[in-house]
Amino acid sequence: MSFTRIYGLFLRHFYLITRSFPRILDLVYWPSIQITLWGFISNFFATHTTYYSNAVGVILTCAILYDFLFRTSIGFNMLFLEEIWSRNFTNLFIAPMRIGEILTSLVITALIRSLIGLVPAILLTSPLFGISILDLGIFLFFLFLSLYIFGITLGILVSSGLLRFGPSFENIAWSTMFLLAPFGCIYYPIETLPEIFQKIAYVLPLVYIFEEARNILINQTVNIENVYYAFIWNAFYFSLSIALFYYSFNAAKNKGTLINMGE
Amino acid sequence: MKNLIKVQNIKKNYGKKEAVKGISFSVEENEILGLLGPNGSGKTTTIGMLLGLLKPTSGQIFINNLRLEENRIQILEMINFISPYIELPKKLTVKQNLYVYSKLYKVQNIEERIEYLSEKLRIGGLLNSITGELSSGQKNRVSLAKALVNEPKVLLLDEPTASLDPEVGDFVRTFLEDYKKEKKISILLASHNMNEVTRLCKSVLMMKNGEIIDQGKPEDLIAKHGRTNLEEVFLKLSRSKSEFY
Repeated sequence: MSFTRIYGLFLRHFYLITRSFPRILDLVYWPSIQITLWGFISNFFATHTTYYSNAVGVILTCAILYDFLFRTSIGFNMLFLEEIWSRNFTNLFIAPMRIGEILTSLVITALIRSLIGLVPAILLTSPLFGISILDLGIFLFFLFLSLYIFGITLGILVSSGLLRFGPSFENIAWSTMFLLAPFGCIYYPIETLPEIFQKIAYVLPLVYIFEEARNILINQTVNIENVYYAFIWNAFYFSLSIALFYYSFNAAKNKGTLINMGE
Repeated sequence: MKNLIKVQNIKKNYGKKEAVKGISFSVEENEILGLLGPNGSGKTTTIGMLLGLLKPTSGQIFINNLRLEENRIQILEMINFISPYIELPKKLTVKQNLYVYSKLYKVQNIEERIEYLSEKLRIGGLLNSITGELSSGQKNRVSLAKALVNEPKVLLLDEPTASLDPEVGDFVRTFLEDYKKEKKISILLASHNMNEVTRLCKSVLMMKNGEIIDQGKPEDLIAKHGRTNLEEVFLKLSRSKSEFY
């Protein structure tokens, strides 16, 4: 065993981490996010044991909805990252494609990828747990549409970061969903969050989507306002993400990131 | 002869660093221009600007008389690029890759085009192979096929024969010579292989520190600098700049 060689290999990774802010951030916030999310979930169940009369059904339905959002967002990022990993990025950006064409193509592909994952999950919940997500009725479509738009929005925001900062932004791609999960109120009502977190949650479409899913399943009523607010915030963030993508593309052309996509 | 590439006083700064310091050149139809220079001299930056991947700090680029800034998509339809530093998706078969890029470049008669390129570049037997499993020489020919899929008027080549064995290298050079003659295209060739440049290029630009420090026909440069080949000229110019001013 050579300490020098062990140290040498350690240095290779140490240099990589210390030269990249996204990588440092990645190390710090994973534990924080996990603790925060599960802390809120535990808190809620400890104090509201009778809230869910059909806990498994509600939790599983929300888990499927969240997974759809997760798959859509990660799926979009994966499509972008695969071009970087395969060193095909430059080929793509020297092809006569408009940014709008690239984005549209990725948006459609991400939807197909997400549906491939979603359909088996929906089919499995019924025989295994006697639960059908279709209990959400026609509003299921609107909830899925909202989640899809937000997932794509996050994907475009992360891809903008990849364009602007290069592959070191990759770790952010994997963790955006976890960063937002505590604010999304996926498994607990918004009242569980501290007031300051509630303010953040209210400016995200997620809280309206999951509140509405719970509302339909638990109270058997529909609050159209939730659907409406989800779409309003989605429209805002989606427009913002598109603008940011164009900005990042131009910034990358100035900075030279497009020709230096590597490690 | 028509200039297919016209570059007018382009500069590229990264912050305070001047990567390209106001260079101008043109490439005629049916001409191969060599772009030479040591690492970090600004060759890749120049090619990046010609491909629209980099925005020049100032100056103008015209491809086939169209200004790049306003006609990026139209220009990208008639231009293509090959470099050992970029690859095609590894998991796709060769044919799938060529088909995808034919679609991106809106090629008509895709099957016909792929068949033509397969025959010319001797990749017919590789069409159903996984791209990532090909040898360097095979990958190179497949990348060249991708670069020619849109019948470009302008071809930018960055080290097109790097890491190839002499036989494949010679095949690629002969192919490029014949293809240029047949299609009357313009080629900008960045290479460190001086024999390749001497063989293929009508004229060359020597870059150093973001500037063109000399240019002319290979034989004229050799004579001008009192050397026996282009490699010696390259070494002389790379090592010292001041004596030529």
